[in-house]
Amino acid sequence: MKTRDTVIEVKDLVKKFGHFVANDHLTFHVYKGEILGFLGANGAGKTTAIKILIGLSKPTSGKVKVAGIDVNKNPEKVKRRIGYMSQRFSLYDDMTVKENFRFYGGVYGLSRKQIRERMRFYLKKLEMESYEDMLLRNIPLGWKQKLAFSVANIHSPDIIFLDEPTGGVDPITRRQFWEMIYEVSDSGTTVFVTTHYMDEAEYCERVCIMSEGKIEAMDTPEALKEEYNAKNMNEVFIKIARNVE
Amino acid sequence: MWAFIKKEFFHIFRDYRTMLILFGMPVVQVLLFGFAITNDINNAHIAILDHSKDMVTREITRKLLSSHYFLLDRYLKSNDDIENAFKEGKIKEVIIFESDFAKKLKKENLANIQLILDASEPNTANILNAYTSGIINNYILTQMSQENAIPVSIGVESKMLYNPELESVFMFVPGVITVLLMLVSAMMTSISITREKELGTMEALLVSPLKPLQIIIGKVTPYVVLSFINLITILVLSFFVFQMPVKGSIALLLAESLLFIIMALVLGILISTVSHSQQEAMLLSMFALMLPTILLSGFIFPIENMPVILQYLSHLMPSKWFIIIIKNIMLKGVGFSYFWMETLIIFGMTLFFIGMSVKKFKIRLE
Repeated sequence: MKTRDTVIEVKDLVKKFGHFVANDHLTFHVYKGEILGFLGANGAGKTTAIKILIGLSKPTSGKVKVAGIDVNKNPEKVKRRIGYMSQRFSLYDDMTVKENFRFYGGVYGLSRKQIRERMRFYLKKLEMESYEDMLLRNIPLGWKQKLAFSVANIHSPDIIFLDEPTGGVDPITRRQFWEMIYEVSDSGTTVFVTTHYMDEAEYCERVCIMSEGKIEAMDTPEALKEEYNAKNMNEVFIKIARNVE
Repeated sequence: MWAFIKKEFFHIFRDYRTMLILFGMPVVQVLLFGFAITNDINNAHIAILDHSKDMVTREITRKLLSSHYFLLDRYLKSNDDIENAFKEGKIKEVIIFESDFAKKLKKENLANIQLILDASEPNTANILNAYTSGIINNYILTQMSQENAIPVSIGVESKMLYNPELESVFMFVPGVITVLLMLVSAMMTSISITREKELGTMEALLVSPLKPLQIIIGKVTPYVVLSFINLITILVLSFFVFQMPVKGSIALLLAESLLFIIMALVLGILISTVSHSQQEAMLLSMFALMLPTILLSGFIFPIENMPVILQYLSHLMPSKWFIIIIKNIMLKGVGFSYFWMETLIIFGMTLFFIGMSVKKFKIRLE
């Protein structure tokens, strides 16, 4: 097995809200180009961890390095290297597809020409070229999610963070969405994704299962299934949840 | 940065209803306050009971009616008619001359006129009373001085400065400007920031390389422009419709307005940092900003007449100081040296609010 570069390194990360410990000594790393699934029940601390990784929230203690940069010391530098798509939709409903691309492209400092090229590329891939001038609010949710993913990728980030990207989306669109994730992963982008759907966990290269602020297990889906003697990830998840109780 | 401001204008212009409110409001408010809510009284219905019917009483009646304040509804015949006249509700004032009015005036230098007013509307009654007494006194004085009949006559003459016609529009326009600048700047920014929070786009912006300060400036700039457009609309409207002049320097007026707009914007940002939804932001700006602005700033109710506690409270209203400033510029036409203190107070408040919202913003990021 060849050695892989790590792009995210987390050591002893602790985040407390008052007395409540949301992240309890998390230590893990993510390889370059990997698809890492972050699993856990609601309130397990996934979103808190993601917010710390992208610099929206400061850890109480611990070290967090993203793309080789200490997030705590240099959050602005990290921000140029990452993309983010939240569980809530992050495009503007009252602007057209084109205007959304232009706005986010501008925010990330791309030139007009670059923006136009990237937009053409993504719209062609999504077969949505004729929707360029349509207001976002008139486009179905599944398509919007795919657009949001493309927009989050517009500046070709090293790492893209997806916080429950497929919530409320139909199974076919979810499939297509994962195809897009594979594509960016193949091109070398690391994907960090949280999800509730256990079938999606199977698509990940490695999964990390969190419960009550701690990492309970972290390995490839195959290894986890073997370890917990389970048929699929759903069973693994339930068995881990029982162990904790 | 430019992309950001452009985006913000998209939000504003795509939302037709908000835009209509934004640009329609100044027009409607100025016209409403100017025409409908006025303290001036024109053509009040009066009745006259003249027991004397001589030269002098006729002359006084003519004087009263030739002002545009009164409209003679009828002559009454006896004291019994008075009550009926009021009961009908149309007549606001009855003027009664005693019998042998002219004779008594000549002989004893004293004759009586009785004014009876319908005080179910106290304001109207007060104003009518003042108008009538004024006209009668004026007549007696000029008359007497011509004939040199009274050796000593004490006359009180009032002169209304800066607003000789006592036009209430002059009082309302500064108030309307203040309320609208407050509304557009504070309410619209707080709503538009909380909207981004609600939609989740604020997160996307914070994750982007934009600095928080850039985000805020980008969000706020369009509203500065809008507030300025509103300000100019109001000034133009009040000049052409109500002939309200700007006696002082317009540049100074705009500069002071800019300071006030910035203050209101910072307040809007502060509101958005404490509220979680658009509705909350709207309610907060309505109750925490709009009502005190209208009630405590001296816009409608004179501050001097308030209970002491409210007078102190009114010192905390930035709008109070701003109204003083624009009244000074628009009506008195005086320069900066007359209201540097008020300007300094607003400036201090702005700094205070900036400090507060930076602190709040940081806490949110923790």
